[in-house]
Amino acid sequence: MRWIAVWRRNFLVWRKLLVASVLSNLADPLILLFGLGYGLGALLPSVAGMSYIAFFAAGTLCSATMFTASFESMFSGFSRMHGQKTWDAILYAPVTIDDVVAGEIVWAASKAWLSGATILAVAAAFGLAASPIVVMALPVAFLVGLAFAAVGLIMTVLAKNWDFFSFYMTLIMTPMTMISGVFFPAEQLPAPVLAVAQALPLYHGIELVRPLVAGSWPTSVPVHLAVLLAYAAAAYAIALYFARRRFSA
Amino acid sequence: MSALQARALRKRYGDLEVVNGVDLDVAPGECFGLLGPNGAGKTTTLRLCLGLTYPDAGTIELLGEPVPARAREARSRVGVVPQFDNLDPDFTVEENLLVYGRYFGMSRATVAARVPELLEFAGLAGRADARINALSGGMKRRLTLARALINDPQLLFMDEPTTGLDPQARHLIWERLRRLTQEGKTLVLTTHFMEEAERLCHRLAIMDRGRLISVGSPRALIAEHIEPQVVEVHGSGLDRWLQQARRLAPRVERAGDTAFLYAADAAPLIAGLRGEPELSFLHRPASLEDVFLKLTGRDLRD
Repeated sequence: MRWIAVWRRNFLVWRKLLVASVLSNLADPLILLFGLGYGLGALLPSVAGMSYIAFFAAGTLCSATMFTASFESMFSGFSRMHGQKTWDAILYAPVTIDDVVAGEIVWAASKAWLSGATILAVAAAFGLAASPIVVMALPVAFLVGLAFAAVGLIMTVLAKNWDFFSFYMTLIMTPMTMISGVFFPAEQLPAPVLAVAQALPLYHGIELVRPLVAGSWPTSVPVHLAVLLAYAAAAYAIALYFARRRFSA
Repeated sequence: MSALQARALRKRYGDLEVVNGVDLDVAPGECFGLLGPNGAGKTTTLRLCLGLTYPDAGTIELLGEPVPARAREARSRVGVVPQFDNLDPDFTVEENLLVYGRYFGMSRATVAARVPELLEFAGLAGRADARINALSGGMKRRLTLARALINDPQLLFMDEPTTGLDPQARHLIWERLRRLTQEGKTLVLTTHFMEEAERLCHRLAIMDRGRLISVGSPRALIAEHIEPQVVEVHGSGLDRWLQQARRLAPRVERAGDTAFLYAADAAPLIAGLRGEPELSFLHRPASLEDVFLKLTGRDLRD
């Protein structure tokens, strides 16, 4: 259980920089949510049976969780691994690279969960998520965080420099955000594009969260959970493989 | 039983045999030095001994534990001072120690109880709340040493512990390391400062191109490999003078416009040099550095 010490180290740093960290993780998604939600929402009577801002709040919850998890495991993780050599220092102790990888992924997922949970709280405070079953979105947010933290960490342990992350951000994350139903229902996309979205994790997170925000149970829950879990588990295994290769070769 | 034992250790990166058949035996309580030019394989040898890198061949036993199989157990009783400081810049001096202890599974109370003593040892007692970026190079080094002692290790690995420090800071580190040796801790350090090795180490191994080329106490290495007196000579007319002086010194080395003459008795050389006003000379006893240069050559290693 030494990975908890790694998680705890990151938590303590986060706690020291609390205000700046929370602000930077929440300001962007909340501005976007209220700006687009009310601005664009005024033009749209309802989307998929709910107000546009409620529809968009569910998408924002998932995309903000995704971005927080990815930024933490990629940029902050790379800084700890490569810039500050924090991982090297940890590895002199009786902690293995497996513990470091696990600690980093769970940490990034925790931080991402907090982003998602805060957005949910704000949405609930504005009356956008009235039903109590919306709390079920909280474990989903953690799972979304785990999946993207693990995928992000693959990039980190493969990265030679900071530029490496722009490929993943620009070529994968940004298009995925567009097609996964954050801003508009993914079902209105052409079938091949929808199929791509369905092969990626963000879509499944949104499919689970959006009905919960609207106050109803999602459909095909096992499928959505399975895809998110599969991404988290597979990405964890791949990140571990490359981390071992990078550190113990 | 050895504190550290390695047999026929090999590690290859691509075509390069970085560690090429190394045997090590470090006795408990000993200060053992690994000397070698840059790229000799010193750091890789340390990483192998810690189980941070896996060897291609050979066996390692660290504090009775087979490495890498039980490296985690071995590392719980070992401290490490790396070549480059990797203190946590987001934490204060004290927090660095508090957080680090948790990696050893120590409780918060146990770590907290140890911190004042370690800060005292590191000469940082008044600096507990200082930020890492506000520390001098010497202070960072001492804090890194204190961090390596958080688990009260039996054995300490140090990779070039005083590289980049000014003489005052270096002497302070040496004094602390001697104190650790007196407490009975085993020290394994790499260095390319001969003075450091001569002062601190009971025994040394000179390493080059992945191999240990000589092992022994500093005095024994000097006695074994080199004549006790050295005369360094430079100036115009050196070549002419050398032709007749060569018979007075069993071994002569040239490095640029300076000649190094090694002899059991330097008196005849010096007598000869008194009649050569064009030549400058320095007479000194042979040192570990002479042994090092003889065994590893004078070529640059970049």
